[in-house]
Amino acid sequence: MVIFLQNLVNALQWGSFYALIALGYSMVYSILMLFNFAHGDIFMVGAYIGFGVSIGLLALSSSGALAMPNWLILALTILFSMFLTSFVGMIVERVGYRPLRNAPRASAAITGLMIGIILETGNLILLGARRVSFPSLVETTVYNVGGVFVTNKKIMIVLVSLLLTLALHLFVRRTKWGMAMRAMAFDFAVVPLMGVPVNTMIALTFAIGSALAAAAGILFGVAYPVLDPYMGILFGWKAFVAAILGGRGSILGATLAGFLLGFTEIFVAMIFPSTLRDLIAYSIILLILTFRPHGFFGEPYSARLRL
Amino acid sequence: MPILRVHGMSHDFGGLRAVQDYRLEIETGQIRGLIGPNGAGKTTIFNLLTGIYTPTAGEILLDGRRINGLPAHRIASMGISRTFQNLLLWRHMTVLEHVKLAHYSKIRYGLFGAFFGTPGRNREEAEIEEKALRLLDRMGIRHLAEQVVLNLPYGAQRRVEMARALATEPRILLLDEPTAGMNPEELVQIMEIIRRVHGEFGLSILLIEHRMKVVMELCEIIQTLDFGAVIAEGTPEEIQNNPRVIDAYLGQERRG
Repeated sequence: MVIFLQNLVNALQWGSFYALIALGYSMVYSILMLFNFAHGDIFMVGAYIGFGVSIGLLALSSSGALAMPNWLILALTILFSMFLTSFVGMIVERVGYRPLRNAPRASAAITGLMIGIILETGNLILLGARRVSFPSLVETTVYNVGGVFVTNKKIMIVLVSLLLTLALHLFVRRTKWGMAMRAMAFDFAVVPLMGVPVNTMIALTFAIGSALAAAAGILFGVAYPVLDPYMGILFGWKAFVAAILGGRGSILGATLAGFLLGFTEIFVAMIFPSTLRDLIAYSIILLILTFRPHGFFGEPYSARLRL
Repeated sequence: MPILRVHGMSHDFGGLRAVQDYRLEIETGQIRGLIGPNGAGKTTIFNLLTGIYTPTAGEILLDGRRINGLPAHRIASMGISRTFQNLLLWRHMTVLEHVKLAHYSKIRYGLFGAFFGTPGRNREEAEIEEKALRLLDRMGIRHLAEQVVLNLPYGAQRRVEMARALATEPRILLLDEPTAGMNPEELVQIMEIIRRVHGEFGLSILLIEHRMKVVMELCEIIQTLDFGAVIAEGTPEEIQNNPRVIDAYLGQERRG
């Protein structure tokens, strides 16, 4: 039982990363019917931006110019990096996807792959082939709850990701932009006729998805403080699986599927040798998808309206 | 001065001329009809007027201001709104959401307000909701406000579409076959609604319609289109007796 609970705690943290990244995939897919395959690399870029911002803030703080406690530095790092990374997302959209808006879907898909490679190699050139370690902003405190070890970092990671997801949910449900996004999942024909600037909305979608990926990147850096330019690839793929498993455009679905992926991986590793982890975990996911091909909350038909 | 003036408007699809030298003048508060056989270019004209397509040639003037070439969302916020022949609704959104979203261009609060729920944002949202509900009331569908559109009967969906078009606060409303697929009872109701919104909102209306009864009863002036060109324009009386119209369209109606 204790082992089970311990793994549950770990799975919650692990799933948080997938869930946050999956949201970005899902939002873009919902609106553009497009898989933004560069999204995993935006997660990586977000982590690096977070690295840069936190180093800068730490230097500023320790120089005495503006002394700040570490928790504040971390909070500011998350906010600033989300803000900065949202521009990376918007640039990717503007440069990579918008010119191909009416091109065959396959072209747009490989655009994402190419942008991903550009981001990875660009990072290599910029920072060199060494890994960087994310500054340790939070002292780890371990709580022993009836034999289950919970760290303050894990609690923070899960809470922050749930909070961001909730914020996104409220944004999509309660604001004019959110409503416009949901309508755009059905059509591009009528939405502009309601006075909604479609291109602005698409840019905003990329911005929000990228900001969430950046948050995931920093939280990842807090938990596993080693960053490398290729960290986004496998993570991106898995989060993509979560997005599809959750169902097109479903925030709840992407979040649940993200956690489910985390649980599956962790619990498979609990029973089987860890080398078999992904093999078995993703066979299970494949099986689920066989029975629910549209994901948890997807619609069983193409919903796009045509003029 | 006419509120909407179109002259010399043409549109090509590839080599095909879909609309040929089209002209139109709508006075404020006028109801005009646009009839013609299928494929005559009626819906294309709507798409041109609303900025979905940009005309190959010609000019569209709203209040004397040239609007062709402007993006569709700008034209919409300047006061041209429309409905669609084949009901383009957002099926999994509620009736109220349809109408609220149509207020988009009138909403002033920014992203900051949206994320942090400022008082200004909350007040504005409340105002919009209030307005939207009033509009639904007028259209007789207030009781359906929280329903998902997917589940509504066809006639109610038509009303939702009309409410959505009106929520953009247009000065000109383009109705593309508003009675398509309706039974006689719904037909009478929708005609009543068109008359009422025309009166209450002081709208100018341009109506595409295949049912002659509807066109002849509602419209002051009717244009007949064939192969993308206007072949006749006049009062219902004149149109009904125009030999070219009978030949191209009305006769065909009777046969069919």
